[in-house]
Amino acid sequence: MRPPRNFYVKTFQREAGMLSRVAENLYWMSRYLERAEHTARLLDVELQLWLDQSPDVGAGRWRFLVDALQVSGVQGRLDPLHLAETLVFSRSNASSIVSCVSAARENLRHVREQCSSEMWEQLNKLYLQVIERRPEEGWILNSHELFRAVQEGAHLFQGITDATMSHGEGWQFIQLGRSVERTDTLAALMDTHFKRAAQPADQPVDSAEYLSWVGLLRGCAAFEAYCKVHTAEIRPLRVAEFLLLNPELPHSVRFSVDRMNAALHVIGDLTERREKMGARIAGRLRAKLSFSQIEEIMEAGVAAYLEEIRSECAEIHAAIHQTYFDYAIEAELAY
Amino acid sequence: MTATPTPIRSHVPPAFVNYQLDAAYDEMFASVGVPREHYRALQQTLQGLASEELRKIQQAADLTFLHEGITFTVYGNKEGTERIFPNDLLPRIIPASEWARVEKGLTQRLTALNLFLRDIYHEGRILSEGVVPRELIYSCKHFRREMRGLNVPRDIYVNICGTDLVRLPDGTFAVLEDNLRVPSGVSYMLANRKVLKRVFPTLFRDYGVWPIDHYPQALLATLRGLAPENCSYRNDPTIVLLTPGVSNSAYFEHTFLAQQMGIELVEGRDLLVHDNLVYMRTTAGLRRVDVIYRRVDDDFLDPLCFRTDSILGVPGLFNSYRAGNVTLSNAIGTGVADDKAVYAYVPQIIKYYLNEEPILPNVPTFLMHDDTHRQHALDNLEKMVVKAVGESGGYGMLIGPQSTAKQREEFRARLLADPRNYIAQPTLSLSCAPCLIDGQVESRHIDLRPYILMGEKVTLVPGGLTRVALRPGSLVVNSSQGGGSKDTWVLREGDRPGGPHIA
Repeated sequence: MRPPRNFYVKTFQREAGMLSRVAENLYWMSRYLERAEHTARLLDVELQLWLDQSPDVGAGRWRFLVDALQVSGVQGRLDPLHLAETLVFSRSNASSIVSCVSAARENLRHVREQCSSEMWEQLNKLYLQVIERRPEEGWILNSHELFRAVQEGAHLFQGITDATMSHGEGWQFIQLGRSVERTDTLAALMDTHFKRAAQPADQPVDSAEYLSWVGLLRGCAAFEAYCKVHTAEIRPLRVAEFLLLNPELPHSVRFSVDRMNAALHVIGDLTERREKMGARIAGRLRAKLSFSQIEEIMEAGVAAYLEEIRSECAEIHAAIHQTYFDYAIEAELAY
Repeated sequence: MTATPTPIRSHVPPAFVNYQLDAAYDEMFASVGVPREHYRALQQTLQGLASEELRKIQQAADLTFLHEGITFTVYGNKEGTERIFPNDLLPRIIPASEWARVEKGLTQRLTALNLFLRDIYHEGRILSEGVVPRELIYSCKHFRREMRGLNVPRDIYVNICGTDLVRLPDGTFAVLEDNLRVPSGVSYMLANRKVLKRVFPTLFRDYGVWPIDHYPQALLATLRGLAPENCSYRNDPTIVLLTPGVSNSAYFEHTFLAQQMGIELVEGRDLLVHDNLVYMRTTAGLRRVDVIYRRVDDDFLDPLCFRTDSILGVPGLFNSYRAGNVTLSNAIGTGVADDKAVYAYVPQIIKYYLNEEPILPNVPTFLMHDDTHRQHALDNLEKMVVKAVGESGGYGMLIGPQSTAKQREEFRARLLADPRNYIAQPTLSLSCAPCLIDGQVESRHIDLRPYILMGEKVTLVPGGLTRVALRPGSLVVNSSQGGGSKDTWVLREGDRPGGPHIA
């Protein structure tokens, strides 16, 4: 069959770039949803650990959770129930699951015409599901279902996003938001964990420590993947290497930084920006993770290494903000 | 309103047990138990469904609306509450012949109103000749002096119009209100249709209903036709929809239309004006904007020109508009022609410009600045509907028969203090149509808002939004006041549904 007559006539190409406000909303929507998923996973894991542990060990774990999730304003003795409520339901805690899912939905609501209707429906459903729950008596012991629902809801949303939204610039900003958030939360979680543990050794951990290391792996959705590579024998050094430098694990720092880098490159190309500050920093970070060896990192101290990753992550965020969301008009008009 | 309701007992299925006829025109029944020809197939379908089944269908439809987030926002509390727009499942059916008249009438009316707007913002012939009193126009709060002598593309001020029609007791369609500023509701029309096609597929096909799904393309074509002469790409202008933002009551509609048309949905803060050109802020830098379908009121468009406290608008937008570098649709200042006092003059306006008799009549209207009119209205306040001239959405209204003595006193005082700001109309008994209320079919008052597009050509999608006053006996159909809506079916030909499936 011959193509129609004007088949080869050049059609109008869409101009480069999308609305800055929209890009920002998609970026933040994705960050919030990732944060909700992360919090739900950690709580889910903690809940299981909590059931296995003696009450005083349990109290220490809650303090760990507060630090790992970077919840501010929680001081003194921790009341586990109250804390769990703060992490799940509190509206005044911007990082609680309810707050994060609401903020994700609110961000998407502002740009509804940019996403597919399936995406909106899914996020809206998740939101309705989450706000319906109330902290009733004994809720914490029955909350596994809620934590599962949040994780599954977020996964479903990602799947729907991949399957129904054009993989254009908006989609890239969603990927970018997720990987920036994931890098930061993972680094914070590992930082908190390693600060508490003795210097990670290439020795199997004893049974007292075992659960908390499994908790860390599960908190990164990495336990099964770890076992496949290293068997169920937990060696802190291997765990550190696996979570930091493994290029295949979706919840490793290196994997997240790779994704961040890829998204920044595509966005840079799509928007034809000359200035690619964010991409430069992310590239440097990527190179660092690609060519680091765990022994080296240990020598300099894993805490310092994670600290560096987190500060570069913050720099990348600031660069994205300045390049794409909130640039000075004068500079643009001068072109 | 006065006749005693007659319950229908015989000849009707159980679903219709509570259906009542009163003095108002009934869309479905010509008299007790006798449906009009074009409603017969619907009645047959309903007869085949149990009350429980109807309830289930309605619940499924409600869930669709909730999950798709087809909502509107109610003002009056701090945060603005999101609610589903209630949808009634029973279609309102309009025969082809009746629609043809509506179509002609609306085209005539909008053509005349556009000529009128051009005239009052230029020579003002109609004012010099005294057909419309000069002081009425100049005292209108939606009259924009800034528009004097400014030419708009194709001389069309109102490109998008939603006119409210009601039926008089004899069944004639009459115009209740012109909405010439930023009419809303068209997305609900499309959403209703989508749901109804899912719920009653066979019935829908057999009835032979005109499609309405092309509305977004028609709107886009209309906007394209308005691109300014000097725009960046004449064949491919950049068109955007300007929304006040997510807390606006019609925000769902803004997102929906932008998505359906494939244009950017922008807020004031996304736009900026430099050197009299309008740009939007994108991730790839600034991009020139040519046509703005604005859903922001005149007052808030440009803080340098109109309300200085507006944060919804774009500083400098009006100057760019004046310079012809950007098109706003609808034009600024169209509200003067849908002022409820000017409304009373529309029949004269049609005669003046077109030398034709109006095809669609007005509803009788008493002007409060006229002494005899005012006296009559004040003497009969309990039978009247009093409206503030510049308001819309059912705000600022007194419905005489349903008011308390205190409310009437309050309005009497307001009327006397500022007569120009009010009109009165005899309370109209809007026509009634069957609605599905909790598994039963009951009668509720409805109106009709068809949407007219006027650019290079005139487009009317057949039908429009039928709004329903869901409270029993209520005459207020506005969504903000407990109204809902239903799908409107305009039949392709004849008054009777054809097709092989109906005997």
